[in-house]
Amino acid sequence: MEITPELVGYLEKLGRIRLTPEEEERTQKELGSILAYIDKLGELDTAGVEPLSHAFGRTNVVREDAVLNGDMQDLILANAAETKDGAILVPKTVE
Amino acid sequence: MTNEEILRLSASELASVIREGSVSSEEAARAYIEAIKAEDGKYNSYVTVCDDAIEEAKRIDEGIRSGEIDSPLAGVPVAVKDNICTKGILTSCGSRMLSNFIPPYDATVVRKLKEAGMVILGKTNMDEFAMGSTTETSFYGPTVNPHGTGKVPGGSSGGSAACMAAGLAPLSLGSDTGGSIRQPASFCGVTGLKPTYGTVSRYGLVAFASSLDQIGPIGKNAEDCALLFNIISGVDDRDQSSTESDKVDLDKIKNFDVSGKKIGIPEEYFGEGIDEDVRARVSEAVRFFEERGATVEKFKMPIIDYAIPTYYIIACAEACSNLSRYDGVKYGFRPEGVDNLMDLYIRSRSEGFGMEVKRRIMLGNFVLSSGYYDAYYNKALQAKALIKKAFDEAFEKYDVVMGPVAPTTALNMGESLSDPLKMYLGDICTVLINIVGLPAISIPCGNDSNNMPVGLQIIGRHYDEETILGFAASYQRG
Amino acid sequence: MTDYEMVIGLEVHCELSTESKIFCSCSTKFGGAPNTHVCEVCSGMPGTLPTLNRQVVEYAVKAGLALNCEITRKNKFDRKNYFYPDLPKAYQISQLYFPICRNGHVDIKTENGTKSIGIHEIHMEEDAGKLVHDPLSGKTMVDFNRCGVPLIEIVSEPDFRSADEVIKYLEKLRDTLQYLGVSDCKMQEGSMRADVNLSVRPRGQKEFGTRTEMKNIASLKAIARAIDYEYERQVDAIEAGEKIVQETRRWDDEKEYTYAMRSKEDAQDYKYFPDPDLMPIEISEEYIRQIREALPELADAKRDRYVNELGLPEYDADIITGSTTLVKVFETSCSITGAPKDCSNWVMTDLLKLCNDNHISPEDITFRHESLGEIIKMVNDGKINRKTGRDVFAKVFTDNVDPAKYVEENGLAQVSDLSAIEPVIREVLANNEKAVSEYLAGSEKNFQFLTGQSMRSLKGKADPQAVRATLQKLLDEMR
Repeated sequence: MEITPELVGYLEKLGRIRLTPEEEERTQKELGSILAYIDKLGELDTAGVEPLSHAFGRTNVVREDAVLNGDMQDLILANAAETKDGAILVPKTVE
Repeated sequence: MTNEEILRLSASELASVIREGSVSSEEAARAYIEAIKAEDGKYNSYVTVCDDAIEEAKRIDEGIRSGEIDSPLAGVPVAVKDNICTKGILTSCGSRMLSNFIPPYDATVVRKLKEAGMVILGKTNMDEFAMGSTTETSFYGPTVNPHGTGKVPGGSSGGSAACMAAGLAPLSLGSDTGGSIRQPASFCGVTGLKPTYGTVSRYGLVAFASSLDQIGPIGKNAEDCALLFNIISGVDDRDQSSTESDKVDLDKIKNFDVSGKKIGIPEEYFGEGIDEDVRARVSEAVRFFEERGATVEKFKMPIIDYAIPTYYIIACAEACSNLSRYDGVKYGFRPEGVDNLMDLYIRSRSEGFGMEVKRRIMLGNFVLSSGYYDAYYNKALQAKALIKKAFDEAFEKYDVVMGPVAPTTALNMGESLSDPLKMYLGDICTVLINIVGLPAISIPCGNDSNNMPVGLQIIGRHYDEETILGFAASYQRG
Repeated sequence: MTDYEMVIGLEVHCELSTESKIFCSCSTKFGGAPNTHVCEVCSGMPGTLPTLNRQVVEYAVKAGLALNCEITRKNKFDRKNYFYPDLPKAYQISQLYFPICRNGHVDIKTENGTKSIGIHEIHMEEDAGKLVHDPLSGKTMVDFNRCGVPLIEIVSEPDFRSADEVIKYLEKLRDTLQYLGVSDCKMQEGSMRADVNLSVRPRGQKEFGTRTEMKNIASLKAIARAIDYEYERQVDAIEAGEKIVQETRRWDDEKEYTYAMRSKEDAQDYKYFPDPDLMPIEISEEYIRQIREALPELADAKRDRYVNELGLPEYDADIITGSTTLVKVFETSCSITGAPKDCSNWVMTDLLKLCNDNHISPEDITFRHESLGEIIKMVNDGKINRKTGRDVFAKVFTDNVDPAKYVEENGLAQVSDLSAIEPVIREVLANNEKAVSEYLAGSEKNFQFLTGQSMRSLKGKADPQAVRATLQKLLDEMR
């Protein structure tokens, strides 16, 4: 898999990250060598193997439908950069 | 007892002198806090030192006297990795992104430490968001290996391992996603246990890769690790991936007999790229068990060749999702003067995250993005199934599997930062274990020619911490 | 000009009526000051983990069975990743690869008979928070109270060919989910929301046209208007040689037009993958059987029973089964009175008239459901007459008074005690000698007059039958 500058740009967009031109160049090389190594996985014969997302056997773990939490607005807002009337403020969202 | 004498005690010894009343929890906490203040400038193993630890220890002394607190480690101080949430205490994950984050709640393990009457000394340094093998990517600067200036302590739990090696904590908690407890324990010459996935609640552990992350103890020896493991393990309603498991029986560990046990050695663990000294020390350790009646057999595990690709695909995929919540909105770093939402996102994340974190986020986005999902992420989940099968088969034959923890001893500082792939390849011996959720322990087994510690890795069956701790304890008894 | 047909598929989100959120123990109550129904989990604090609410799975299976779906035996949750301030984790926990229900259908009645609408799938997911513009600061205020409220998303097949079919389907879904107690489906509170995917194609063409999506339209009426508008717009565009762009459009209900929302910078790439924090949910045959057996009687079955067993007119049965509240009031009344036809009359005339006069929907009535049955029983037992009953019910409707107590306290009970009636009638006869003598001479119509006079003297509280009988007896005695 070849890493192009366009792909680096796309991955920056997906991750909401902006790199400097030098960082982009470096990242293109580094991701290139990492992916070249990772692409080795393509050699592994996995025909007919069921993908294993959850390895460790527990199923049907649920909790009861009960309200246990009260108002903890202070704690929730304590780490926010900007708040007003109990709400968190962010720049205007696109209508 | 003098401070020096207190600092020399193992955690279980310290617990017993506190229980007897010859040393108070307060004296123990004071000895450690003073030592940290005097010595940690050299190592940078702590991000935060809890000044109120001494006050907390006084309260615990009262609890011990009144009989209210009665646990095997009551009164013993402990250091906690800085990605484990502590209510009211900075939990930075070694990142600028969380350099102002004060959690509104305690992680389940922290609650358990408190209930067991343990005193939190401070929060230990780590690779940013646990992404790294050297503790050099921390926003708070690198941690130094106490065994050799200019050497890294390993990572990502470098602070938790280095503070143990420097005698600045009697016990610590780390987290292990691909070797982050075992490898720094190995580099720093201490004992580190990565428990079976699910035995210790992840609630309050800031997620790196959710299906791989596991909290575990780092101690002076296997017995101390077992004591702390017993305190932090157990099913948790707040973590639905957690499971009930038996507590480890300390008597069985202390009297563990290796004779008749079967040890499997994957040949691939001793292949190319493994340092000569590491190979020699680990082989000697294996011989130790053989001489005491264990049988040793080499076997092939070719799937090991695919361990690193599989691991980095899964880990980075989960990480890019887990780290998306750091967007400058609710907590954490938010730059000044943002004028629109996209700007807020991009600047918070670009300025808040370091390069290694960004690299893994980009890699994760790549393997999950449409068009690549099947070739990478899904393929990795298939490989995971094959890795699980390989271990299932191995454990039909062997009681434990052994090998080195890392191909080398501690690297020089700066060495791996320049080449991320090289750093990733150093995880070859540890990552497989996380992919399948097995328990594994890292114990010191001698030094290399530069006098840097080498670590032996003992891997067990799911939920069989007792056997690997038993092997480790029998080695440490000599 | 070419004849175009519209093709519509719907994605309907319904909030489930659980007490607590899907992945944490916060309240799902509507309203409340911002961020007061929020904890470290639903605000996406670092280190927190989701814990699945058992009731959500049960409600989703119930809905699936009622909508004739297959239930997925091995369920997983997936993460849908995207950045937006109303989504604190920056991923929504949803189901992509293994939705809990698949391949169902709903039958609706259209002008051309019954039509079956396919249900592609139903999946469980969490709701997002609320964003409100703050004119003072020019910024957006973020409230996480709705974050983590459980939803099911019901995805239909593209089977609709008219706005009328869409409305019939939505009404049917609403009725069904309300009957099940799974969702209250209040569109005005946003607990039922529909996204409309619409395309047009020349009638007879097999391939679908390019579709647009209209999100979160607030009422059934608005949906019908939006569909008709968007159909015209697409047909006009195609006729003018333009290409339809696949995009999300918003319906402006005041100005009655749709407009393209500012397109996102990139096409969305949600990077779905299985959520490692939540364990798979395996649904057993036994679990499905238990839920199926406990399913309440649904609207169709109920309507048939009302018509065939209770003898209600079809029109009445349709109206009553169209509202779970009317059903409750009606069935409660029946069990009190044992007279379904009377009860249906009272519901259809009195109750609906009162709703209409007071400008409220039957769903919003506030009186005790037993009250109406109690009134009907008093009327049928002759304790009060029909007119008094109507007055009492009006009072019950507005003030939720207790009917028996109200009748008692206001002396509204009918006099059916003969010993009380007889002296009054004797007096009436004495005061109307002329009418009496004419009657005795053969003028039958004077009986009516004397009955009226008697009723008036008894102030309308007497049982008319008792009055007539007594009057007849006294007159016969005078022959």
